[in-house]
Amino acid sequence: MGMTLTEKILARASGSARVEPGQTVWAKVDVLMTHDVCGPPTIGIFHEQFGKTAKVWDREKVVIIPDHYIFTHDEKARRNVDTLRTFAAEQQLPYYYDVGTERYKGVCHIALAEEGHTRPGEVLLGTDSHTCTAGAFGEFATGIGNTEAAFAMGTGKLWLKVPPTLRFVFDGTLPPYLMAKDLILSVIGKIGVDGGTYKALEFDGEGIYSLSMEERMTVVNMTIEAGGKNGVINPDDVTVAAVKAKTTKPFTALRSDPDATYLKEYRFDCRTLEPAVAKPSSPDNHADVREVAKTKVDRAYLGSCTGGKITDFLAAARIMKGQRVKVDTFVVPATTEIARGLETQRVGDQSLKEIFESAGCTIGPASCGACLGGPLDTLGRLNTPMVCISSTNRNFPGRMGDKRAQVFLASPLTVAASAVRGEITDPREFVA
Amino acid sequence: MTARSRVPDVIQGPIYVVGDNIDTDQIIPAQYLSLDPTHPDERKKFGWYALSAVPEPGQGLPKGGIPFAKEGQAPGRFPILVAGKNFGCGSSREHAPLALQEAGVKAVIAEFYARIFFRNCVNGGYLIPCETQQERLCGAIATGMEGELILSNPTKPVLHVAALKTSWTLAPLGEILPILASGDLFSYARERGLIAKSTGHSTHEHGADANTEARND
Repeated sequence: MGMTLTEKILARASGSARVEPGQTVWAKVDVLMTHDVCGPPTIGIFHEQFGKTAKVWDREKVVIIPDHYIFTHDEKARRNVDTLRTFAAEQQLPYYYDVGTERYKGVCHIALAEEGHTRPGEVLLGTDSHTCTAGAFGEFATGIGNTEAAFAMGTGKLWLKVPPTLRFVFDGTLPPYLMAKDLILSVIGKIGVDGGTYKALEFDGEGIYSLSMEERMTVVNMTIEAGGKNGVINPDDVTVAAVKAKTTKPFTALRSDPDATYLKEYRFDCRTLEPAVAKPSSPDNHADVREVAKTKVDRAYLGSCTGGKITDFLAAARIMKGQRVKVDTFVVPATTEIARGLETQRVGDQSLKEIFESAGCTIGPASCGACLGGPLDTLGRLNTPMVCISSTNRNFPGRMGDKRAQVFLASPLTVAASAVRGEITDPREFVA
Repeated sequence: MTARSRVPDVIQGPIYVVGDNIDTDQIIPAQYLSLDPTHPDERKKFGWYALSAVPEPGQGLPKGGIPFAKEGQAPGRFPILVAGKNFGCGSSREHAPLALQEAGVKAVIAEFYARIFFRNCVNGGYLIPCETQQERLCGAIATGMEGELILSNPTKPVLHVAALKTSWTLAPLGEILPILASGDLFSYARERGLIAKSTGHSTHEHGADANTEARND
């Protein structure tokens, strides 16, 4: 019998010819990533366990990307970045992207891809649940805790249980009003926020392979919102070209065998799927946009690892061009590279920045921003029990701030259409 | 020196009850994550804010409106937490099990857990994540009832609630038991020679053991 992509990667990482779902392996780590929220406690445990002068197992494989609490007056948040800076200097880490320097990036999951740290066939562990995003590049990527990260930092290994794989096939290509976000919200609505628990989610079909890398990342990013351990897309020419454009490091693109065993297969037809939302307060509270159309919103938010990439902003700008938003609307690019893209990328005669500013949006600096609420002075944070439509990935109570706030998750097209109307609006009213 | 066992024979005390899909943002809201648990004075604060973002109707079922903790509170009011499905879903923040531990929770009994939270409980040695065998304890037990969680036979944990004159046999602790018994991932790995017993660089040798004991105190 063949193996799935996830099984093949874990077999390679554990030096086995084959692995079976349910089996526990000690996997070698290719990249270990941490950030400013989980980095300091990880470093604390690393020092406590391996000693104050211990060295990381391989400084080429440790990537530290501060991104969560950057533009805040919270003194402890600044102290935490200092902790990362000191550690990176002591360890002479080549891949530390410091705040306040030219190297500052922003949201780690997007930065990892921009800097060539996401490579097919590898194992990437990170102290953030959305580390799964990198599975879009055909690698095994999952979120881990601080103790686990400290262990991997010292040893280069971690125990992992091989997950069985669920397969999601998307037939047909996406009509112009549909985005990757609509696909993954449909998946989560179908299987629930626990439907992928301890499982790998493999995304396949013409609908997936017709997507850009950024859109593929949006799909895989929300694997964790279905409880998945990891998500993967088999690498194709698009993947290989995207990776080679960013790194000269060698990699091996593995693919699922045709006779691999899947726990279950689900099929979706992109031609009949509708623009979707996740209603408050769970990512699996799925509805078609038209079912909740005309729901008044107080705020719209475009940003995060899920919905703050250039593709996302291009989509939103197509709707906002020449329009004015009716509610407070925040545009927060995931990374500094994307922030620069807002100035260089155009729709017609205007840059994205010009379009958003003319529409009355507030553009923030690159970081995780209000996706996870964060310190009280975070730009766009929901500090009162308001209704928000957001291109982010999570809407459990309190996620974006006040625990009585109501958050609808939707594609950037739907968020932009709703911002312009001040109520939840089907993007088909703007995009044919 | 080997680490002390982290699995006690019995955990006793008042139970706090929550429902399904309590995610890590509800367990410890992001606004407190600039605190660094490496520092003891900051670490204890996680206990004060544990479960503070659970909406009021869900705070202490079935009645609701019973805050789990408050600022300045000494740990240990509710050593046993009973939850529904998918407890600990969402973010990977290890601050979540740590916050519950700092609030004095020794064990959680849920129908099942989100994967990262479950691993963090075990690998970090914060608390014992027990699972029910299909029964919906969060619908049967009321917050404040005294519970007795008997773990002396880890293949057959039992929760006894005197007020209901009922005992439930829970799922076996299973493959995580060796790590729970060692204390945490580091103690487990040291005991099996997977990593060096003590580090050549260390200024305080046997760091893992010292740490495990500190957490048991």
